[in-house]
Amino acid sequence: MLRAAHGDSAVLYAGGTELLLAMKEGLGSFEHLIDVKTIVGLDGLTLDAGGALGIGATVTHRQLERSRLIREGFPLLAEMARQVANARVRAVGTLGGNLCFGEPHSDPPTALLAHDATVTLHRAADHRRLSLADFVVGPYEPTLAGDEILTSIDVPPLPARAFGAYLKFGMHERPTVAVAAMLVVDERATHVAEARVAVGCVGPVATRLPALESQLSGVAIAALQNGFAAAGSAGTSLDAVSDLHGSAAYKRHLASVFVKRALAAAATRARTAA
Amino acid sequence: MSTGPIFRLETTVNGRAVALDVEPQDLLLDVLRGRLGLTGSKRSCDVQVCGACTVLLDGLPVSACSVLAYEARGRAVLTIEGLAEGERLHPVQTAFLAESAFQCGYCTPGMILAVKALLDDSPDASPAEIKEYLRGNICRCTGYVSILHAVATAQRTLKEGSER
Repeated sequence: MLRAAHGDSAVLYAGGTELLLAMKEGLGSFEHLIDVKTIVGLDGLTLDAGGALGIGATVTHRQLERSRLIREGFPLLAEMARQVANARVRAVGTLGGNLCFGEPHSDPPTALLAHDATVTLHRAADHRRLSLADFVVGPYEPTLAGDEILTSIDVPPLPARAFGAYLKFGMHERPTVAVAAMLVVDERATHVAEARVAVGCVGPVATRLPALESQLSGVAIAALQNGFAAAGSAGTSLDAVSDLHGSAAYKRHLASVFVKRALAAAATRARTAA
Repeated sequence: MSTGPIFRLETTVNGRAVALDVEPQDLLLDVLRGRLGLTGSKRSCDVQVCGACTVLLDGLPVSACSVLAYEARGRAVLTIEGLAEGERLHPVQTAFLAESAFQCGYCTPGMILAVKALLDDSPDASPAEIKEYLRGNICRCTGYVSILHAVATAQRTLKEGSER
């Protein structure tokens, strides 16, 4: 209602880690900031009976990093969260704010894509649910109507025997490439039953690699530990963008290297746990 | 000169209750430095990268340059000026002196507060975890080796103190 009253002169504000920097740079100017942190119930983590995780939109990166529920039940998310920017940003920045800002060089979308996460958007009494891919559709471009608010990020239950790894690389404060790999393995942890691989930061939005994922099905874990050859070209089809972080070709190369490393790391975790 | 609305900020700074009129867009760093005369916190990068403006808000490190003063309402702010108890320096400060863990000193207030936050949170942080945590505090004199020595020294002192 506040948003409706003020129109485009108002903007939703949570941690401010992106918004305030943009405003200080003169990239945005708003007469009113509406603090969504004052909405009760948006700052919690919930686990339903089926094992699905709900992350309130104003949960901070630090909460994700330190929560026992996340570290034990969704370790790939904790691994990602503890690598976000620095301790100060993690103490203040929120997961919902991160997704709504839509910065391409950012950690959370990549890891969330590997979890098949969805988001819930509320408007007065109505709500709708979108896949992450349908929510973050372009740089700084969330699918969010003027009077809608992101209330939660929803993560389906992890399959049994799922092992993940999140790797990032960059020479600047923000990541140049981010890779999240999740392997669901057979009972003896010798072969891949299902693979999910997401790459972020190299292009306008983070993306899954469906062709590689289907190639990975049935592959021996030992083969991944030694460096899966097919991953060597994983980056070639990516919609990479040349920017301050490097050329598109460089980023495609980095993506291939880090996909291979992330698969090896996830495979090693699967073997170690077996 | 004030142009916008004003609100009454009630907060605690270095253990002292503070109430003052601020504008909604005022940044915490400007209120600390300009209104309260606490100039230990520095403005440097202004984009949450360097850590020179680090202060603790309810014990957690934040970039005062990029946090609204509004966020301090009802909470406790700790700046470098509030760390010592009278003449008695905090163990992290003593360790920085003992290890000569500063050159120009511009990063030091933020560095010391970041180390305090880390050791309060994780008294047993490993050298790798300490390095990872301090990635967000930049020293352009490149005094990192002596800074890491100081963290190890402070870690020992604090652990001995807590075991007594």
